[in-house]
Amino acid sequence: MTPGSDEDAAPHGPAGWGLTVGPVLYFWPRDRLLAFYADIADSPADCVVLGEVVCARRRELRLEDWLALGRELTQAGKQVVLATQALVETEADLRLIERLGEQGCAAVEAGDASALALLQGRVPLVLGPHINVYSRQALQAHADLGVLRWVPAVELPLDAVACINPPSARVAGHLGHAIETEAWAFGRLPLSFSARCFTARQQGVPKDQCGYPCLDDPDGRLVSSSEGEGFLVLNGTQTQSAGVQCLLSHRSALAAAGATRLRLSPQSSGFLQVLQDFDAVFNGSAEAGPALRRWPSLGVPQPLVAGYAHGAAGMVALQETDA
Amino acid sequence: MPSAVLQTGPLALGDAPGDGAAGATPAVPLPAMTLPLPERRRRPHLVCPAGSLRALTVAVEAGADAVYLGLKDATNARNFAGLNFDEAQIREGIAFAHARGVQVLMALNTFADARRPGPWFAAADRAAELGADALIVADTAVFAHCRDHLPQLRLHLSVQASATSHAAIEFYRQRYGVQRAVLPRVVAVEQIARIIAGTQVEIEVFGFGSLCVMVEGRCALSSYATGSSPNNAGVCSPASAVRWQEGPDGVSARLNGVLIDRYAPDEPRGYPTLCKGRFEVDGRRSHVLEEPTSLNTMALLPQLIAMGVRAFKIEGRQRSAAYVGDVTRAWRAAIDAAALAVEQGRAFEARPQWEQTLARHAEGAQTTLGAFERPWR
Repeated sequence: MTPGSDEDAAPHGPAGWGLTVGPVLYFWPRDRLLAFYADIADSPADCVVLGEVVCARRRELRLEDWLALGRELTQAGKQVVLATQALVETEADLRLIERLGEQGCAAVEAGDASALALLQGRVPLVLGPHINVYSRQALQAHADLGVLRWVPAVELPLDAVACINPPSARVAGHLGHAIETEAWAFGRLPLSFSARCFTARQQGVPKDQCGYPCLDDPDGRLVSSSEGEGFLVLNGTQTQSAGVQCLLSHRSALAAAGATRLRLSPQSSGFLQVLQDFDAVFNGSAEAGPALRRWPSLGVPQPLVAGYAHGAAGMVALQETDA
Repeated sequence: MPSAVLQTGPLALGDAPGDGAAGATPAVPLPAMTLPLPERRRRPHLVCPAGSLRALTVAVEAGADAVYLGLKDATNARNFAGLNFDEAQIREGIAFAHARGVQVLMALNTFADARRPGPWFAAADRAAELGADALIVADTAVFAHCRDHLPQLRLHLSVQASATSHAAIEFYRQRYGVQRAVLPRVVAVEQIARIIAGTQVEIEVFGFGSLCVMVEGRCALSSYATGSSPNNAGVCSPASAVRWQEGPDGVSARLNGVLIDRYAPDEPRGYPTLCKGRFEVDGRRSHVLEEPTSLNTMALLPQLIAMGVRAFKIEGRQRSAAYVGDVTRAWRAAIDAAALAVEQGRAFEARPQWEQTLARHAEGAQTTLGAFERPWR
C-alpha cells in the first residue's frame, strides 16, 4: 500500500480525526512559546495541551500565563487541556497539581499517579502517555477516575491498542462516555525520565544552578553513537528518541486500532505544515508521500520512524510502504 | 501489619507559595514531619534477590528477612534465560524459607500484555495458592485482579509502578490496599522522609545493586533500540540483541546494530546496558547518561532507619549465588549495626570489609549514592 492511498478504508475511521497539539516538551523562551500558540490558534488543530511537563525549574510561563493562554485558545475554538508534570518529586510539585484542580479547567492530562490521586472526580482526566495502561483491564481500572481520553504509552503496538479500546467495544469513562484513544502520531518520542538533568550534566553544571542550557536546544540535544548515527536526544531530565515517530501514512491501521485522535508533539521547525499535512491526509484526501518528502526542507527533524506501531523496535524507519 | 510511622493519613498540602515554586527545597513550612518514636521503630527488613533456588537458600542462610523471586516468563522484570523459578521450585523455595522464618515475595512486576493478559492473572492466583507472603506488582490490571479475587494476598507496590510521591502511593493504597511501596531509585533522601510522613504504606528503598538512572517503569530506551523493554517484556538491553565485534580499534558492543560502546584492547568491558554506553554529544564522547556504577546506600543507613524506612532491597536476581551471599551478609551486619546505633544514639560507620565486599560486586567496581544525595542536584 502506498502512503495516503487508503482513503477507501475511511469507513473504519471517525467522521473527523481530532488533532491534538501535545505539550511543548522543550524549554522555549516565552516569546517563542507565545508566538507558537498564536500560530496554533489559526491551525487545523482542535485541541491543545498546555503546561510544562518535563522540568519544574522551567518557568518561562507560570501557571497564570498558561491559564491565560488557555482562555485565548478556548476563544479561538480549541479544546484546552492542562498537563501535569511527568515526574513528581516535591511538595511544590504536588501543590501545582492541586492548583490545577482548583482552576475549573476543562480537562487535565495526568502525568503520573500523583495527579490521578489529587484530581480524580474533580476534573475530567486525560491519561497521558506516562500512565502505564498496557491492557484493557488496566484501562478499565482507571475508568472510574473520570477519564475522557487515553494516550497509549509510546511503546505500545497498534495491535495491542486495538485490544485495549477497540472501536466496537470502548471502555466507558467520564460520565459513562466512551474513552477516546489518542495515538502519538508525530514527534520525537519521550522515552525516559530521571532525577538527573542530562543537559546540565553535559554542560558540567549542577542541576539546581543549571543556568538553563536547555534554552539553547529547541529540539533537544542530539546524542549520536560513536559512528555518528543520531540515536537519542537529551531534553533536560527527559531522554527522547532522535527519530521522529510519524504515522502520517497509517490512517487505516490507526482507525482499526480504535484511535480517533492524533497527538502531534511540537518540534521547532515546520510544525504548522506538519499539522496541515495531517489534516489534509486524515480529514481530506491528500496523500502522505508528497508531504513526507517536503518536510526535510522545512527543517522537520529526521529520520522518521514508525517501528513501535508494528511491535518492532521504535527506531525502525518509516517505510514509504508502511501502513 | 501496623505501620511504624505515627502519621495516620496523608499530609495536607500547604498553601501554594506562588506559581511554579517547585525546587529542591520546599518554599513554605510543611506540617511537622513525625519521625517514628524509638519504641515503635522496628529493625527494617533486608529483602534479597533470588534468581534461582540456590540463590534463595544462600540468601536465607546469609540472613535475609525476605527473598523475592519471579516466574520463568515475561511476568517479571528479570526475564532472563536460565533464571527464575518454575512452580515446583517456588514450592520448594517457600518451604525452605518459611521453615527458617523468612518471607518469600513474588515479583509480578511487568505489565500484562493486552493481547494475552491471562498469564499475569494466573501468576497472581498461583502466588496466592503457593503461599507467597506478598506479591510485588506494578500494573493496575494486576492490582485490580488481586483486589477483586485475592483479597487475602498482601500487595507491594513495585518500583516499576514509578510512584515518586506520597500522593501516588496513597492512590495505590486507597484503591488496591497496597501495604508496602518500593521507591524508585531517583527519589532523594529528603523526599523519602516526606513520603514516609505522608502515607501509611511501609516504605522500602534500594540498598545495593545496579543503578537505574531513569525512573523505573517509565523507561522505553530499550524498546526503542530492540523492541523489548522492562515494561513490555521484563528485560532491558536484552542479551539476544547484543553483538560483540572484534576490530582493529578494540571491541565493539552493539545493541540491535546500534554501537553502544567500544572498548580499547586493555579496557575493562561491561555489559552494554543502553543507558551506560558511551555516546557523542557535540563531538565529545562520554558516558552521556550514566557510568557503569552500582547504587550503595549503606552510608545512609542510620538516617534512613531513623526516618522509618521499613525495608532495604538488594537488586540482582540476575547475579550469582556468591553475589547474593556476600552482599546479604554485609547488609545483614550493616542493618543490625545501624539499627542498634540509631537506638542507642551512637554514630554508625560502615565497616571497611562490608564496603570492600560491595565494591567487589559493583559494576565497574564503583558505587554511588545516586539521587539519594547532592551530586545529582
